[in-house]
Amino acid sequence: MSTVAARRSSVAARRDWAVGYTMVAPVVLGAVVFVVVPLVMVAWYSLHEWNVLAGTFTFVGGENYARMAADPGLRDALLASLWFSIGLVVLNISLALVLAVLLDQRLPGTTTFRTFFFSPVIVSLVAWTIVWSFLLQPEGGINGFLAQVGVAGPNWLRGEATAMIALIVVQVFKNVGLNMILFLAALQGVPEELHEAARLDGAGAWRRFRSITLPLISPTILLVSIITVVGSLEVFAQIDVLTGGGPGSSTTVLVYYLFQQAFRFNEFGYASAISVLLFVIVLALTLLQWQSRRRWVFHEV
Amino acid sequence: MHPQHTPRRTAGIAAVLGTALALTACASGGGSAVGEPETPSDPVDLRMTVWTADETQLAMFQEIADAYVAENPELVSGVTFETIPFEDYTTSLTTQLAGGNAPDLAWILESYAPEFVNSGALADLRPVLADTEGYALDDLLPASTALWEDGEGLYAYPFSNSPFAMFVNTDQISAAEQSDPAELVASDEWTYDAARDIAAATAADSGKEGLVVRDFDYQIWENLATVWGGWGATPWNEDGTQCTFTEPEMVDAMTWFHDAVFDDGAIPGPGTTADFFAGDAAMTITQISRASSLDDSFEWDVVPLPAGPAGQQNVIGQGGIGVFTAGENPDVAADFLAWFTNPENAAKLAAYFPPPRESLLTAETLAAANPKLDADQLQEVVVDGVQDSVTKPAHRNFAQLAQTVRAELDALWREDADVEAVLADTCAAAQPLLEE
Repeated sequence: MSTVAARRSSVAARRDWAVGYTMVAPVVLGAVVFVVVPLVMVAWYSLHEWNVLAGTFTFVGGENYARMAADPGLRDALLASLWFSIGLVVLNISLALVLAVLLDQRLPGTTTFRTFFFSPVIVSLVAWTIVWSFLLQPEGGINGFLAQVGVAGPNWLRGEATAMIALIVVQVFKNVGLNMILFLAALQGVPEELHEAARLDGAGAWRRFRSITLPLISPTILLVSIITVVGSLEVFAQIDVLTGGGPGSSTTVLVYYLFQQAFRFNEFGYASAISVLLFVIVLALTLLQWQSRRRWVFHEV
Repeated sequence: MHPQHTPRRTAGIAAVLGTALALTACASGGGSAVGEPETPSDPVDLRMTVWTADETQLAMFQEIADAYVAENPELVSGVTFETIPFEDYTTSLTTQLAGGNAPDLAWILESYAPEFVNSGALADLRPVLADTEGYALDDLLPASTALWEDGEGLYAYPFSNSPFAMFVNTDQISAAEQSDPAELVASDEWTYDAARDIAAATAADSGKEGLVVRDFDYQIWENLATVWGGWGATPWNEDGTQCTFTEPEMVDAMTWFHDAVFDDGAIPGPGTTADFFAGDAAMTITQISRASSLDDSFEWDVVPLPAGPAGQQNVIGQGGIGVFTAGENPDVAADFLAWFTNPENAAKLAAYFPPPRESLLTAETLAAANPKLDADQLQEVVVDGVQDSVTKPAHRNFAQLAQTVRAELDALWREDADVEAVLADTCAAAQPLLEE
């Protein structure tokens, strides 16, 4: 009796296993084929000198990595990436938070504004960038507007600092709506009673925001900052359309540099080594944020 | 951009690279000559990448190809012409090569000719073309084929030898009461200074732009070679080992250009786009093959490039057709190329692409095919333009040079630039790449 039951249960368990594995198989296979295998292959390519035109593929060991250490172009690209990421993360997160707080008020018209700020997120990236490239021309819309208020605008995309600022702003306006919605959802999850209690205790608006709202939305801040940091390191299309990495090499960020090495100079081996570096940087930054969460992320929601 | 997770992005790049493993496993040094095609067990499909998207041109190619298929049904079942946009042409082509998906035949831009020819990616066409009956290989002008040769080998057929010329909008110029460029040509007064003055005055009158060096856009600097020619300036010496941006000719030419932009207002500045063919500019330097973009919305003329202090220099842009050794059927592809460019078909192609064949390079042949240009224009601009011409800059390390020089020259395109200092920096950055 008991053996039959045991056998029956082991058959059932095996069936459960089979069903379970079948369910996860597509995801696991997808991850293996499109993530793990290419990742390993990139690491493998990065140890080779690969000449596409001549069709040669020679093992060179760590030569590509040694070359990275001595490459001034790579140093410039890292610096450009650093500036871009700092500018983007600071501006994007603070603007998204301010917008979310403003739209969290129960005022007429908030739905319209929410739509207004979110709509760029669903616009095609390249179309968005091309429109901005017209606006940023020396005789374009932005300088036309500035002229109206009596300011002579610069030739945005031809100055090193202004080109970087223009890129950051274009990218922030494209994506700020998504972060804003995430913050807005978090803000609406903050219990009203806590605010009410604090108000009764005589806490002002700023105090309540700092001591109640911020801690309670901190998990979302962590999520948003991870997404934004990773996204900022992978910017490509805007740079390709707006500046082509110039003027000089001021907006040649790491991904764009990688693209140039691979698809313009046909240095596929070296480009693979750079993409390994990019992977390590993103991984390190993400781990750093994840590890630091205990210090500032409030989990008892 | 919607934020993506990094491993995926890295993987995306890797996936492109990944598919190439098959290629690299079997690719050899290449550069071998192709021979008489053996009849394949099944007729093959050929693919040629091109950068034109012009329907009438593509239809003509297809017509020539269909005739070949009809004649060689046992070899080929069809030929496809695949358009890749001009801006990304070479990048897309090398990506196809890296992906193990080499086209059988491809158009190749002259700037990249030395890189492709030296790499061994292309098959030597000379034996096939020489053995093809009625091909008349010695009809090809040596000036046309020079760029595509390495030793005895000929690695591409220079199907297009399009001279650069100055198109002028005579409506705008006469409205501004400026001299007619054609008359200046006749009286030997057609110089860059004259062109600059006419352009500046016309732009001031029309409120549009003056002189546009088409496709330069303050990025693709090699198109400035059309202007430098008048000063006898070149970016590097003949064998491509020494940077010559700092030579006095180049300094003078660049100073002229800089001042024409920032002092005279004759050339639109960086970031301003103006399309001559849409009537946005008084004159433009571009290839003669662009004549097909003209409609009758304004009166126009085409004249040779102006003379500079060093005299008048004709410049041509070339396109070659090569056969990839990494393609599946290089023998068949080479046989098709011999058909595609035989004297009879070359005459058809001449409708759009000035041919490399001496016998076809006459005003009469070209007139039949270019109804928009009259015999004088054809003789003066095209026939004379191809003779004694130079090609745009080319180098075996061109991609890196193009990028490095572009980045350095960015400093030149501002009002207060120190031309000599910028050019010295340019040479400092370019010299190591020339020596590689």
